[in-house]
Parts: sequence; C-alpha cells; structure tokens
Amino acid sequence: MIRRNTIPFGPQHPVLPEPIQLRLVMEDEKIIEALPAIGYIHRGLEKIAEKKDFIQDVYLAERICGICSFMHSQNYCQGIESLMNLTVPDRGRYLRTIWAEIHRVHSHLLALGLLADSFGFENLFMQLWRTREIILDIMEQTAGGRVMLGTCCIGGVRKDISSAQATVVLRQLDQVQKECDEILPALLNDYSVKQRTVGVGVLPRDKAHELGAVGPVARASGIGMDYREQGYAAYPDLGFKKVVETAGDCYARTLVRVKEIAESIRMARLALEKAPQGPIAVPFKGNPTGEVLARIEQPRGELNFYIKGNGTRNLERFRVRTPTFANLPPLLHMLTGCQLADVPVIALSIDPCISCTER
Amino acid sequence: MATMLSNIMKNLGRKAATRLYPFEKRELPTTTRGHLDIEIDKCIFCGACQKRCPTNAINVTRDPKTWAVNHYACIVCGYCVEVCPKDCLLLRNEHLPQP
Amino acid sequence: MLTNVTEIPVTQLHGEVWALKQQGYRLVTLTCCDLGDAHDILYHFDKDYTLKHLRLRLPRGESLPSITDLFFAAVLVENEIQDLFGVTVAGMVVDYKGRFLLSEGAPVAPLNKPIGIGIDIRAKAPVAEGGKAS
Ligand code: SF4
Ligand code: SF4
Repeated sequence: MIRRNTIPFGPQHPVLPEPIQLRLVMEDEKIIEALPAIGYIHRGLEKIAEKKDFIQDVYLAERICGICSFMHSQNYCQGIESLMNLTVPDRGRYLRTIWAEIHRVHSHLLALGLLADSFGFENLFMQLWRTREIILDIMEQTAGGRVMLGTCCIGGVRKDISSAQATVVLRQLDQVQKECDEILPALLNDYSVKQRTVGVGVLPRDKAHELGAVGPVARASGIGMDYREQGYAAYPDLGFKKVVETAGDCYARTLVRVKEIAESIRMARLALEKAPQGPIAVPFKGNPTGEVLARIEQPRGELNFYIKGNGTRNLERFRVRTPTFANLPPLLHMLTGCQLADVPVIALSIDPCISCTER
Repeated sequence: MATMLSNIMKNLGRKAATRLYPFEKRELPTTTRGHLDIEIDKCIFCGACQKRCPTNAINVTRDPKTWAVNHYACIVCGYCVEVCPKDCLLLRNEHLPQP
Repeated sequence: MLTNVTEIPVTQLHGEVWALKQQGYRLVTLTCCDLGDAHDILYHFDKDYTLKHLRLRLPRGESLPSITDLFFAAVLVENEIQDLFGVTVAGMVVDYKGRFLLSEGAPVAPLNKPIGIGIDIRAKAPVAEGGKAS
C-alpha cells in the first residue's frame, strides 16, 4: 500500500537560494501535488512606491530585484516616459540596451551556475561564476555599481560610456565570449548533465500558454514570445533574433539561456560600436498622469509594471508583476509526476527569483 | 565528463581566479560608488539633498548649521549629488570600513 | 497609455474571460486599485503582443468571483489581491485564506488607501506575538 507524505521543500534548502517553500505531496518518490508557500520576504514595496515621489521611485524600482535590477528601472522609466510623452535620445536608448544586455548575460550565467550546482556539478558552477565576475567588473567600471547600476533615469540615462571605456568593455566582452565558448559546451554536451535534464520537467506548449509561462520557460516550450521583438530601446537597430526551442524540458530551458548569452553579447558589442553621439537624456517637467502597463523582456521573462499617476508627484498605484510570478504555476505543473530528486533541477530551471515575486 | 576534462586541464595551468583577500585588495575603479562625502565649507545648508534623497538618509538643519548622512540608510545612488546647487557632495570610490 | 479597455459588470466576468480564452489570449495579470468606495480591478490579457484589458468596478464589501477555473495562472494574483486589499475572492482553486503574502500580525489590507492623509510607512505596524516576522 502506498502512503501519502507531505514533504516541505525549502524555504531554506542548500540548492534553493531563495526563500520559497514547496509543499510536496508524495507517493513514494513520486510527486502527486506541489503547492508553493511564499510570504517570507514580502517587503511592501508597492506601498512604499506610493509614498515616495515618482523620481525617487526609479531607485526603488531598481531594488525590486537584486539580479536584473537595471531592467526594472528601465521598465519603470519607459512607463513614465510613455505617460509623459518623452522621447529618449538615441544615445540614451543605445546605452540602455548595452547595460540591459550585459545584465542579461550576468543573470543567465548566474542561473546556469545555480542549475549546475543543483545537480552537484560544483566545478561548472564555479567556472560560470568566475566568468560572471568579468561582467560585474564591466558594470562597476561603466556605472559604478556591481549590480545596482543606478544609471537609468526618466528621460534617458545618467551616465555616459566614454570611448576609452567602450574599448575596454569590448575587450572584456571578448574575454567573456572566449570563456563562455570554453565552458558552455561542457554544460551542454556533458553526459551527466544530459542525464539529469533531458526529458525532465516537461512543459508542453499548450500548457505553457494556458498557465501563462513567460521568458525562457515559454520559449523552451515553443512559444516564440520575446518582447524585445517589439522594438523598445535600440533593439530594432540591432537585428535582434529570438531563441526558440521546442522540447520544453530542463535541457531546452538551459539551451535557450545558453543561446541567449551569445545573442546578448553580440548585441551589446554591436550597440557599443554603433552608439551614435549626442545627448543621453532629455529634461522633463511636470508630473505623470494616466495609467499604463509597461512591459519589457527581462532575463526571466516578460516584466509588467502597471503605473497609475494622478498628476501629483506621488503615484496612485504601482503594481509589479515579475516573470517568476507568472512562471510559478507552470513550475507546479512541471513538478507534478516527477521524482523527488529532480525537484531542485526543475525548480532552478525556471530561474526563480522569489524576492522580486513578493516585492 | 570528457568535455569537462580539457577545461580542468586548462585550469591547472592558469593562475588562481581568487585573491588572498585581506592581504591583497582589489583595486577599485574610479567610477565605483563607494560612499557619500561632503565638502562642508561649500555647503549652504539649503536642504535640497535632504528633500530629494529616496531613503531619507540626509539630515540638514539651518540653525545650527549641520549636515549629517546616515551611512546605513544611504544607498549610494548619487541623486543628492545631482541636485546639490553648490556641487559640494561627491561620491568617493572606496567603501567605508566596517565600524 | 492603457487602450483597449472594456468595462464590464461583475456578472459578465466569466463569459468575457471564457470568450478571450477561446480566442487564444494569455492571462498576463490582474491589477487592483483602491478607489475609496470601490475597488477597480483590471484583467490584463495578451495575444501576440496585443494587450486587452477588462475593467471591473467592485463595490466595497462585495466578493469577486474567481477565474481560476478558467485560468489557473490567476491563482497567485487572486490570493495576493485577497491579502493586500481585503477583497474576498470566491471559488479559488487554491485559497490561502489571507495568508499568502501576509502572516499573522501583519497589517490588514495594507494597500487600501487609508481615510485621511494615510499612515506613514515609517510608523511601526503592530506585530502580534508568535507571528512570522513581518
Ligand atoms: S544640497 Fe548641497 S548645498 Fe544644499 S544642503 Fe545639501 S549639500 Fe548643502
Ligand atoms: S546617495 Fe542617494 S541615498 Fe545616499 S544620501 Fe544621496 S540621495 Fe540619499
């Protein structure tokens, strides 16, 4: 006779860097049902946003997430800009794209490293994070912060990248590319990695659509959805190509990230070379009025900010829907029916970021 | 494991990726936002920085003339540096030592 | 700017959402705003990067019918609205009963606009003993 057991997975678990608890209902080693329990780090950020004025909220938005921080502030600024009818100057758009893409490389390297760690491939984890260190150095040289860049502002960017800096950054990106070329094939072709990821945690296309999957999770299941296609910032000029896989398993999600790293490095290089000279920001006056749903493609998927201004310095409502929030229901679907030993791999294959999910 | 082997071989010949930290420190780029500092002689105690700071880290009083920053609250964003009419605030690149 | 917004009464919610699901829309998220005597609830849908919004005015005290039977993806956000705005959502597939984001001793419905000027965020919220750190 099979007895049902409930196993709590997290909130503190060696492979889960984020405080989420998965309550797993098990029959022997098989998972019958999974339920998430969050609420360990709810910071009330949406409430604080109503108390600060809308310019200060740029810094607040940046601190929603500790990994993809730049894109949060970029999305917030794009939302406010559309409310105030501002047009960002060309150089501003390019600089935003450069930082966003460099950020994406760092986020994907981090995610791949954690994935390697989740099935015990420590060596690979360290190598990926060593490469990520170069990216952090690039960000520190150009923006002043290793993760919190603080360079985005309403109307453009606050800092410029000089041509001398650009040369250094290009050289460092070469180095990143070189190291990625060495390490990433090891991740993709390794026998043990394939054993742990191929066919594990399959999310079929129709389920992915129904459950609202976004980002690499959706793209690995064959849904070609990448908001960068819609051409915000400088993406239309850079010949952006989205990466789509069809298998829908953990391996496909890894593959999507690996290919996106190459694409991001290519776009960052191109943007650095092509960036036109000119002003980096436009001045603005007045306060935002009206409501908007700002969208952007973040490393983990599509990020939505609902911003409602009422003509005063304070926003009426600022609502954040982060990609992990949308990817949790698909995660529950993937977990059902899998083995307990695969839970860490599946959970980390969606690249969860719980701190920004709870805000 | 075979694909990893060549990497491991290369790593053996490479110099260490880490530093002997407390003895050997990283050289910070000049752009690093380490901590906020003030040239107090130039300050006119207008309070613009206090009003704009997103974390309410600065406290300015006119009478008596004082200016203080709570380094624990400061997120080193540099917004106050931008709004200061006298350009007396600056971000230094070294981080403050642990007290 | 928010375009493509359809205002609907609560009774039509299920029908409209079902129609959008048949057309292949994906649920993006829900947004709730406090309007004082009512809650303004927006349902955001997306299909091929085109957004479509349903807008609902829910008078205070009334309960919101859940759409989790049509879109399971709404389960987290409906629980969140229940927690943060004190709106009762009826018929959710998974109901955390107001303990999704908030714990015991947390402020009740913190995102509702308080009457008058409003609480200062720096003022401490009372924490009940034994509650999870809030
Ligand atoms: S804004 Fe500048 S001049 Fe004014 S109080 Fe602050 S530091 Fe002094
Ligand atoms: S750097 Fe930013 S957080 Fe620090 S005192 Fe200035 S405005 Fe405030």
